[in-house]
Amino acid sequence: MTDTTPFDTRFDDDSLMSEPDPTGRFGEFGGRFVPETLVPACQQLEAGFREAWSDPEFRDELDTILRDYAGRPSMLTECFRLSEELGVRIFMKREDLNHTGSHKINNVLGQALLAKRMGKQRLVAETGAGQHGVATATAAALMGLDCKVYMGAVDVERQALNVFRMRLLGAEVEAVHSGSKTLKDAVNEAMRDWVATVDGSHYCLGSVMGPHPYPWMVRQFHRVIGDEAREQCRAATGGDPDVVVACVGGGSNAIGIFTGFVDTDARLVGVEPAGGAAVRHGVPGVVHGMRSYLMQDEYGQVEEALSISAGLDYPGVGPEHSWLSSIGRAEYPNVTDDEVVEAFQLLSRTEGIIPALESAHAIAWLSREAHTIQGQTVVVNLSGRGDKDVAQMMDVLGDRGEA
Amino acid sequence: MSETFGRIETEFRAKRDAGHKLLVPYITGGYPGWQDAIRACAAQGADAVEIGIPFSDPVMDGPVIQQASQAALDRGATPQSVLDEVPRLDVEIPLLVMTYYNLVHHDGHRRFAHRLVEAGVSGCILPDLPLEESEPWTRAADHEGVETVMLAAPTAPDDRLPRVAARARGFLYSVGLLGVTGERDELAATATALAGRLKAITEVPVLVGVGVSNAEQAYEATRVADGVIQGASMMRRLIDQGPDAVGEYVAEVRASIDRH
Ligand SMILES: Cc1ncc(COP(=O)(O)O)c(C=O)c1O
Repeated sequence: MTDTTPFDTRFDDDSLMSEPDPTGRFGEFGGRFVPETLVPACQQLEAGFREAWSDPEFRDELDTILRDYAGRPSMLTECFRLSEELGVRIFMKREDLNHTGSHKINNVLGQALLAKRMGKQRLVAETGAGQHGVATATAAALMGLDCKVYMGAVDVERQALNVFRMRLLGAEVEAVHSGSKTLKDAVNEAMRDWVATVDGSHYCLGSVMGPHPYPWMVRQFHRVIGDEAREQCRAATGGDPDVVVACVGGGSNAIGIFTGFVDTDARLVGVEPAGGAAVRHGVPGVVHGMRSYLMQDEYGQVEEALSISAGLDYPGVGPEHSWLSSIGRAEYPNVTDDEVVEAFQLLSRTEGIIPALESAHAIAWLSREAHTIQGQTVVVNLSGRGDKDVAQMMDVLGDRGEA
Repeated sequence: MSETFGRIETEFRAKRDAGHKLLVPYITGGYPGWQDAIRACAAQGADAVEIGIPFSDPVMDGPVIQQASQAALDRGATPQSVLDEVPRLDVEIPLLVMTYYNLVHHDGHRRFAHRLVEAGVSGCILPDLPLEESEPWTRAADHEGVETVMLAAPTAPDDRLPRVAARARGFLYSVGLLGVTGERDELAATATALAGRLKAITEVPVLVGVGVSNAEQAYEATRVADGVIQGASMMRRLIDQGPDAVGEYVAEVRASIDRH
C-alpha cells in the first residue's frame, strides 16, 4: 500500500479486526437487520464510509480535527500510587482528557464529517449517560448541523447536567418514555426517527453496534485509541502490556483500545456491569439491526439492563465483541455496582482522577483481580471523566453515610 | 411450471381479479378485547387480519401500537399465549402474524413456522427482516407452508423492488411513507407512488400499509393499490372504545373502498 496515513497498513488485511464479511458479519455475529426503508441508507453509508476512509483528504481533515479540537493524542499516564496499592504496573489511556470528556468524541467527529460529506444536514443520536449525546451535539455545533438526541426518561433524570449541556450546544433532547426508559429504548426511538427522516438525516450511532456498517465504521473511528496506546506503551515500557482492560456497554471504547493490541499476546478484558452482562448472561439474538449476544427472557423479549452507570445500561453488546468472545480472543467478566462505587473512590483517592462510572468498571475488575496478576503490566482505558456522575455519587455515598 | 399459491395469495388474487379491493386490519394480540376485535373485523368484511405478536422493541411502530404492545406484554402475553387463542377465534378469513424477528430467531425458524401452522395462521410479516437477511426464515416458512409477506419501501431503488416482489408470498406490503405506524392527516404521496411502481412490476397483490389512517385515505390508496392494511386507526378504536368500534370502522372502510 502506498498510503501514508497511519491506519492503512491494517485496513485491508484479513486478520483479526479487519473488515467484516460482505454481509457485515464477524463470524456469525453482526448483519443488517433493519426495516426495508433503511436498507438503502445503510448501503449508501457503507459506500460513503468506504470511500471517505480511503480518501487521504478525509483522513487528514479528521486527524486535524482530532488533534486541534478534540485534543488527541490522549496521554498514557502511569499510575504510581494505584500501582503500588494493587501490586500491578498500571497505565491509564486518558480518553477522559478528550474534549467533551470521553472517548465518544472520536467516533462522533468521524461520523459528523462523513454525514456532511454525504450531504446530510441533520444528526440523530441516542444517548445513555449523555456523553455520546454531548459529543454529537458538540460535533453538530462545530459543523453547523441540526441535532436531535433521544434519551431514556430515567437517564434524563440521572444525567441532568448532560441534558443541560446538550441543550446549551443547540441540540434538541427528547426524553423517551417507552419500555425501560433507558438506552435501549433511546436506540429504538432514534431508529424510528431515522426511518422517517432518512433522506436528510444521518443516524450518528454511539457505539460499535447496530446494522452494518456501524460496528465496523465506529470501530475504525475509535482504533486511534489503541493505535496510540500501543505506541505509547512501547515507548514507556519497551514492550506490550500483559493485560488491556476496558468497560463494555455497546463496546466502542473497548474495541478501540483492543484494536491496538489484538495481534499482541496481551489479554483483552472487556468488563460488563453485572446487571447488563450481555456476553456472560445473554444468548444470540437480533435487535437494533444486529445479531449479537443479547439479554432476553425465555420468549425472546429483550430484558432491561440495570446498572449504576447509564452508559452501560444496555442489554446487548457490539457483534465484534460477541465474536472475539466466541473465538476466545477476549474475555468479558462482570462487576457489581458496589465494586464500581469502590473503584470510583479508589481512583479518585489514589490518583486524583475522578473516573466516569463506566470507566470505573474497568478499574473495579482490576482491583478485584489484581492479586491474580501481580507484577504484570496493565493498560486501562479510562473512557471518560466523572464530572457527570458526581451528583449521583453524592447521593449514593450520602446514603451510605460516606459523604 | 405452474405456481401453487398459499391460501392468502390464492384468495387475494381471485378477489383482486374479480375487482374486489382488499382490506387487512391489524390487531395487537394480547391487548384486551383483541379476539372480539378480530371477530368483528371478519364479520364486517375484512379479507384477512394481521395479528401482532407483541415484542419489547417494536422499531417499526409508532406510539399507539407501541402502547398496545406494551400493555399486552404487561398482561403476560407471550407468542404462544397469543397463538393458542387463534383456533378459538373461529373466523373464515385467513390470518397473518406480524412480529419482530428476534422472537422467530429465539424460537428457531422451523419451530416458529410450525407453531404458526399448528395455530392455523397462514402468513407472517417481519418488518425488521430485510431481503438480504430473510433466507433462513423464508426457507423454513416455505417448507412449512407459511406465506411470508415482504415489505417494499419507498426508498428502494428500481432494481431492488423486483427482487423483493419475487420473494413475496401472499401479498406485497407497500410501505406507504417514510416512517413508522401511526395515523396521519393525509395519505402521503409516496403511498400511491410506490404502489404504482410495484403494480408495474409484479402480479402479486400489492397492499399499502403504514399511514393509511381513515376510510377516505383507504379509498385513495386503493385507486392504485389492490388493498390496504390499517393498524394504528384500528388499535386507537380498540383502545378508546372497544371491539365493536373496530367492527364499525371496518364496515366504514369496506364501504369506502367498495366504491371502486
Ligand atoms: C465514559 C463512557 N465510557 C463508556 C461508555 C460505554 O460505551 P462503549 O461501551 O461504547 O464504550 C460510555 C457511554 O455512554 C461512556 O460515557
